[in-house]
Amino acid sequence: MSESSALPLFSPNSDPGPSFADVLRRIAPHQLPGAGIDTPATLEIPHGTTVVAIRFGSGVIMAGDRRATAGYMIASRRIEKVFPADDFSGVSIAGAAGPAIEMVKLFQVQLEHYEKVQGEVLSLEGKANQLGQLVRANLPAAMQGFAVVPLFAGYDTARERGRVFSYDVTGGRYEELDFQAQGSGSVHARNWIKAGWTEGLDADQATGLAIASLFAAADEDIATGGPDLVRRIFPTVAVIDADGYRALSDDDVEARSQALLQGAERGGHES
Amino acid sequence: MSMPFYVSPEQVMKDRADYARKGIARGRSLVAFECRSGVLIVADNPSRTLSKISEIYDRIAFAAVGKYNEFQMLRVAGVRHADMKGFSYSREDVSAKELANAYAQTLGQVFTHEMKPYEVELLVAEVGGPDDDHAEMYHVLYDGVVMDEQNYSVLGGQADQMIESLKEQYQPQMELGDALKLGAKLLGTDGAALTADQLEVALLDRSRPRRAFRRIKNGELGSLLE
Repeated sequence: MSESSALPLFSPNSDPGPSFADVLRRIAPHQLPGAGIDTPATLEIPHGTTVVAIRFGSGVIMAGDRRATAGYMIASRRIEKVFPADDFSGVSIAGAAGPAIEMVKLFQVQLEHYEKVQGEVLSLEGKANQLGQLVRANLPAAMQGFAVVPLFAGYDTARERGRVFSYDVTGGRYEELDFQAQGSGSVHARNWIKAGWTEGLDADQATGLAIASLFAAADEDIATGGPDLVRRIFPTVAVIDADGYRALSDDDVEARSQALLQGAERGGHES
Repeated sequence: MSMPFYVSPEQVMKDRADYARKGIARGRSLVAFECRSGVLIVADNPSRTLSKISEIYDRIAFAAVGKYNEFQMLRVAGVRHADMKGFSYSREDVSAKELANAYAQTLGQVFTHEMKPYEVELLVAEVGGPDDDHAEMYHVLYDGVVMDEQNYSVLGGQADQMIESLKEQYQPQMELGDALKLGAKLLGTDGAALTADQLEVALLDRSRPRRAFRRIKNGELGSLLE
């Protein structure tokens, strides 16, 4: 059906409504993320690692390192894990890279599709719940070793503040107060953020904290990539506030990473 | 057993076409032009909530006249078709031409095979990017006929008179305000232009990076009409 050039028409009692995922389920279920995964993974597949989301005074910062690993192998040095979901929200992913990227793509279309069909934008909470349903739908694949655990963050235009949501593999959705991290290096990143976070950080300070937390994660976790000065690969960072979603330029993140690396090291040395 | 009266296929088609045309003529018209900023669509529509013009995809807009529930269903089908194609292939593979053909297939099929034809006329318009001055407008009729129109397109019962005036008054590369005023004047009766609260207006704005569709309303609409 997806190859067909005819319009997808449904009778009123079987209409999928404003959900693109339901349209897909109806006419091309093989294109759903994780479709057809029914046996456990017996080979190493690429996994994305550490992502963080931090609320600050007037919005949120999302950031992720650039490494994907398949077992002990580096599958990619430049993978992107932070994506815009729409104008006022972003999604970042940890877990099986293939299904995760498909899920992000579906989520982006899902939000825009709703907006076009209904003529209005979903609330931030509505978007967060939609993502939870996509994660839930991936549960059979997660049980075979293809887990995807995203972070969702955005600027709530009705409440005029940033909000952060995290998920578990079953689609459980949890709103976080101030920050959250996900992926293999998340414990280290989270501890770093916890020590540095205060109410009323500005965008600049929160960006610095996000980059430093990813550096801390890369320091302790082999699957998290640190700043790569040789190839000039730096974390992906996005700011979401009342002006919308905007990704920081590579040059900006490079300058901030350089400043971090040239600063005095905080804490002691274990050896 | 009684035999039904013989009705020639010509007569059947003519009756259906008359039926559809009458339905369309009862509604209000709309007009679209290519202007400097992109494609401007101006509709005679006093409703603030029930739209005749809407976004289908990144650079594609939809506009319709006729029976609301019918074109609404076709609009949603178009959004699904475009999103499905963009998801399966790539965003740049979605085109107004392909969408207009899909609409023509459906309308043609319904016109010949169903009890009653759709009482609608559709416009599918597309603009290029910021450095690309191409624009396309496809006008699809109730029976599936597709017309590839240049410069301007008029949909609705009063289209014939409006096209006559447009031939004299249309100029390529008009400024947005001038194009809008021309639209309001054409849609008005007896030389009185329609006012901001009688119009629904949207622009496929070439200068916007991804989603070109933008509604022009409230203050902006009022000041452009002055």
